[in-house]
Amino acid sequence: MSTASDTRVRTKAVRGKAQRANGANKAGKPGRSGRERQPWLPWVFLAPTIVGMGIFTVLPIIASVALAFFRWDIISAPSFVGFDNFAEVVQDPTVRVSFLNTILFVVVAVALQLGLALGLAIMVQEKLPAWLRVFFRSAFFFPLILSAASVSIFMRYLFNEQFGVVNWLLSLVGIPAVPWLTTPGGSAAVVILVYVWQNFGFSFLLFIGGLASIPVETYEAASLDGATGWRKHIHVTLPLLSPTTLVASVMAIINALQVFDQPFVLTRGGPGDSTRTAVMVIFESAFQRLEFGQASAIGVILTLIIMAITAAQFRLSKRFVFYQ
Amino acid sequence: MTTTIKRPAAERVVRRSKRDWSVAGRIVLLSIAAVLVLGPVLWTLSTSLRPPAESFQLPPSFLPLDPDFVSYGQVFKQLNIIGLVINSALVTGLIAVGQMITAALAGYAFANLKFRGRGALFSIVLATMMVPAQVTIVPVFMLIRGVGLSDTLMALILPAIPTAFGTFLMRQYFLGLPADLAEAAAIDGASPWRTFRSVYAPLAMPGLSIVGILAFNFHWNEFFRPLIMTISEQNFTLPLGLVSLQGNLGTGSISVVLAGVVLSMIPALVVFMFGQRALRDGLTAGTGK
Repeated sequence: MSTASDTRVRTKAVRGKAQRANGANKAGKPGRSGRERQPWLPWVFLAPTIVGMGIFTVLPIIASVALAFFRWDIISAPSFVGFDNFAEVVQDPTVRVSFLNTILFVVVAVALQLGLALGLAIMVQEKLPAWLRVFFRSAFFFPLILSAASVSIFMRYLFNEQFGVVNWLLSLVGIPAVPWLTTPGGSAAVVILVYVWQNFGFSFLLFIGGLASIPVETYEAASLDGATGWRKHIHVTLPLLSPTTLVASVMAIINALQVFDQPFVLTRGGPGDSTRTAVMVIFESAFQRLEFGQASAIGVILTLIIMAITAAQFRLSKRFVFYQ
Repeated sequence: MTTTIKRPAAERVVRRSKRDWSVAGRIVLLSIAAVLVLGPVLWTLSTSLRPPAESFQLPPSFLPLDPDFVSYGQVFKQLNIIGLVINSALVTGLIAVGQMITAALAGYAFANLKFRGRGALFSIVLATMMVPAQVTIVPVFMLIRGVGLSDTLMALILPAIPTAFGTFLMRQYFLGLPADLAEAAAIDGASPWRTFRSVYAPLAMPGLSIVGILAFNFHWNEFFRPLIMTISEQNFTLPLGLVSLQGNLGTGSISVVLAGVVLSMIPALVVFMFGQRALRDGLTAGTGK
């Protein structure tokens, strides 16, 4: 497999050269796009995607930002209100709690997700019978193919206070029934556990890929220097894996910031506002209270947070990520 | 972002050392993790195969010995499950095919055709991937409503067809195919369209299948957009129908709801068994160095 991808890279390099040469003698033979030049031809290929994205992505982004400065309930005409939506949203206790919930959720869920994924990936990639490695990899990957809504449906039964399997298992070791879905702390824990259960497999896949690209020689050199066991991982694996860790954490954080399906199905945001998330308040203010301007303002704030975190992570990476 | 499709993790045994954790200890830990991952799914399957009265039986059983299909009959009575499956299949299938066609065309243009502003346009396409879908949903909803498509399956299908990620994936795939093919085809007198249609598109089938499988998996499981875009039950997709069957207070009969959940998982399971490699490659595509 690695040779296949090497060839691919090489062909690309060769092609790059060919293209440059092609550009150099412009008057020469016709380019790759055919005998007669058809300058419109690429646009025929691009039209479906570009027009579609223009209508369904680019315009909505612009409209969303614009809408944040209007008050509009669809029924009456929109009225310009300046920064009022932002001011109201920032002062709204439900919105505030929801953003705090989301940030707490992201911190705990992403830490758990990355920790589990990294630990399991290291264990799977070390010496292991081949069929077991295949089995474990498939097992950890499996929840990714399920729908978050379906998963939340059956998890809601498993975490039932009286009849749920989780409390039954806990009772076997003498722990009294935990009121999972009826207390703020319990609900938050369930949302986090269910989310991590379904999503750690994605980070796991990324770490498996990262581990496979660490040259065996590095470990040989390290063990010649006397590094063994967990020290080997701290001094060799972690630094060499840091580019993967960066990508995995950026993706995990961005995804977790948008959490919706699990809290919506498991708790509807409750009890109280204890598991309400940022995307849930966008959904509720737009489609339940018809405050589309406020919903857009919350969306703009969420997008800015996502962009800021992404930028910060890549800046931090310059200091901490070790590139070979 | 230069690697095409991330190469599947090579089965590499990290350097063994004598004082390493014992293999047995690792197998035990990994097995515990596997049980925690697969246990809830097995419980779902075995509970769906028990009579509704025994749904909350404790100790629970994780293996469906003595299966009972009453709940599966019930799910067809309590829920228009055939309608839901048809809706989900239509939405998912049309989105997948639509994404494969548009992504192949656009990816080919970005990889193999030269035009003014190619780099800039491609950057814009990539940049749109950073904006979360939940942020654009309000204007998309209004647009759909404005053209009279609200509460139709088209409201779910049309906005999902243009795909930045699929375009990116296909561009990388086409860049990995040898360039001399186009030259050879041109010498043979093939038009640019024919070069694409008869030479490059067939070679790009593995890449296209990744785009299709990813689209299928994502949209089959999708909950947020159907929740917003559809109102009447006849336009619901599977996840939405199942959540409404469970009910706000979780009052639906457990084994019946779980039977529905198991039925909804079957296509995903098929993808898992036959397209796991493609799915893994697709999910991790673009994250390589």
